[in-house]
Amino acid sequence: MSLQFNNEQMTEFKRLVARYPEGKQKSALLPVLHLAQDSFGGWLPTEAMDYVAVLLNIEPIEVYEVATFYSMYNLKPVGKFVFEVCQTGPCMVSGSENIITYIQKQLGIQPGETTKDGIFTLKLVECLGACGYAPMMQVGKIYREHLTKEKVDAIIAEYRMQVAAKN
Amino acid sequence: MGVKLLLEKANVPGIRSYDVYRREGGYSAAEKALKEMTIESIVEEVKKSGLRGRGGAGFPAGMKWSFIAKPEGVPRHLVCNADESEPGTFKDRYLMEFLPHLLLEGLLISSFALGSNDTYIYIRGEYAWVADILEEAIVEATKNGWLGKNILGTGFDCMIHVHRGAGAYICGEETALIESLEGKRGNPRIKPPFPAIQGLWMRPTVVNNVETLAAVVPIIKMGGDEYAKIGVGRSTGTKLISACGNINKPGVYEIDMTISVEDFIYSDEYCGGIANGKKLKACIPGGSSVPILPANLLLKTAKGETRYMNYESLSDGGFATGSMMGSGGFIILDEDQCIVKNTLTLARFYRHESCGQCSPCREGTGWMEKILQKIESGKGEVSDIDLLWDIQRKIEGNTICPLGDAAAWPVAAAIRHFRDEFEWHIHNRELSQTSNFGLQHYADPIHVPA
Ligand SMILES: Cc1cc2nc3c(=O)[nH]c(=O)nc-3n(C[C@H](O)[C@H](O)[C@H](O)COP(=O)(O)O)c2cc1C
Ligand code: SF4
Ligand code: FES
Repeated sequence: MSLQFNNEQMTEFKRLVARYPEGKQKSALLPVLHLAQDSFGGWLPTEAMDYVAVLLNIEPIEVYEVATFYSMYNLKPVGKFVFEVCQTGPCMVSGSENIITYIQKQLGIQPGETTKDGIFTLKLVECLGACGYAPMMQVGKIYREHLTKEKVDAIIAEYRMQVAAKN
Repeated sequence: MGVKLLLEKANVPGIRSYDVYRREGGYSAAEKALKEMTIESIVEEVKKSGLRGRGGAGFPAGMKWSFIAKPEGVPRHLVCNADESEPGTFKDRYLMEFLPHLLLEGLLISSFALGSNDTYIYIRGEYAWVADILEEAIVEATKNGWLGKNILGTGFDCMIHVHRGAGAYICGEETALIESLEGKRGNPRIKPPFPAIQGLWMRPTVVNNVETLAAVVPIIKMGGDEYAKIGVGRSTGTKLISACGNINKPGVYEIDMTISVEDFIYSDEYCGGIANGKKLKACIPGGSSVPILPANLLLKTAKGETRYMNYESLSDGGFATGSMMGSGGFIILDEDQCIVKNTLTLARFYRHESCGQCSPCREGTGWMEKILQKIESGKGEVSDIDLLWDIQRKIEGNTICPLGDAAAWPVAAAIRHFRDEFEWHIHNRELSQTSNFGLQHYADPIHVPA
């Protein structure tokens, strides 16, 4: 098995499992899948799920069942930055459609797609609990709220810079 | 200015930190509860307060607590429901983000009263940074002796754990939440057994909403009787409302449930009126699951009386002419909004979120979305409206959990009150693609039968 948590990730894994009583380590599955996804490039290949099954001492199928149920787990590779734009009612009445169209145009991709350079993925999602700060999207751990076209441009530029700085 | 019990200190700089929270009188209710009160007297105060669950169903919290089974040698658990995924609702996030210690204090008192040594906060996965804020607060509280072993020398041990979900509205339903906390898919359980008897790991469990548990702090501070004096009738205390949509000041407001809906929308202290000088067309007053009301029925009941922001008044008239307080997600639609389209986005939401266990919900939500999409894109027939009505009726009451009802009600209410807008869409297939039905008669004074 080539996918493995490094020392730091292993420490975090142990901290997560310790929250639940002895013998109830399966309860840590959701948090551990988050950790695995963050550790292994933003998505969960079968290998990662199998690794989690071994760590938690449960059957691989128990992991697959869960990974396919919850919308935050990516079962396919995604770009470095995933734009998850909310499309539900309250955001829609506050102008989310224009923002979605604008992002599509600026990135040249449709929802569900990743840009050729592998930097951006666009996903349409349902209410993220930011309805009063609409239109909005989630990128990684953070929320980008009160979106305007200008703000979208600035955000895209910001992430492009981050990638360029790393190269 | 209305009474503020939860958000009173929200604007104090640094209130997120333990030191400032404590300096402002924080944890004094916990001190009182653990040192001076018995378990019975805490439950009694919560009962007297009349506090009703703030997660949506409005079930009396004290009564729920008194149902918890206490079999010998079996641990009990308190679980805080921070899944907050009902469209229009973002109040729990605000509490946790800005006043994490208020929640922890409420959790500590409640855990003590329920005998929960390991208490879990199930937070929606997307609120990742809020989970971080809570974890930090837990570290601070532990360092200062409010969590851990033998708290305040009482012999009571308590640890609070943050558990992140991973994107599933259904996990807000308490038994689905428990399944998810056990590391499984969020499939609601058939009740009974109720969580109070067999919940998390088959142990007696109480699940309460974030706001409900935070409200325990002022209740202990002031006493249940004093708390019950605020508000009106069975709507005691204060309620957080997350207001959004086409208003000037979207945000989270604490209200004392005596304010009228009209004042809440138009006063500068709250929503500040409809944005861009537009007119009010409709409102979903308690999160996406509750019935939508046209402007006229929102501001006044069918009897022509002023409607207030409380449990009883919002539901006055039943589903025929009223709605519900629900989760406090207050969504305003202005005259430019299309009811068909809004209903479609909600139908899509419920189809996406159905766990798929019951066929009426799984199939019905899919059908409703398809038909609404058809009408919205200018391909609908008049018979589609009746078909929609029929489908929602077949879902309601025929499912394991209330998500089925939650999906049916918005569609039912949209047809009930805005049938002519649906018909207009169908009769004006092309026009409906470029323009809207508009305000029409939806704000006209209602005819009150003598
Ligand atoms: C589909 C569905 C979603 C729900 N989502 C939430 C939620 O996000 N937060 C919440 O507190 N309660 C939610 N509830 C209600 C819970 O099942 C439960 O009644 C509540 O957490 C009890 O807490 P309370 O009595 O303090 O309100 C939901 C119920 C259903 C049927
Ligand atoms: S009503 Fe829907 S969400 Fe609830 S258990 Fe049935 S299929 Fe699942
Ligand atoms: S509807 Fe978009 S965040 Fe709630």
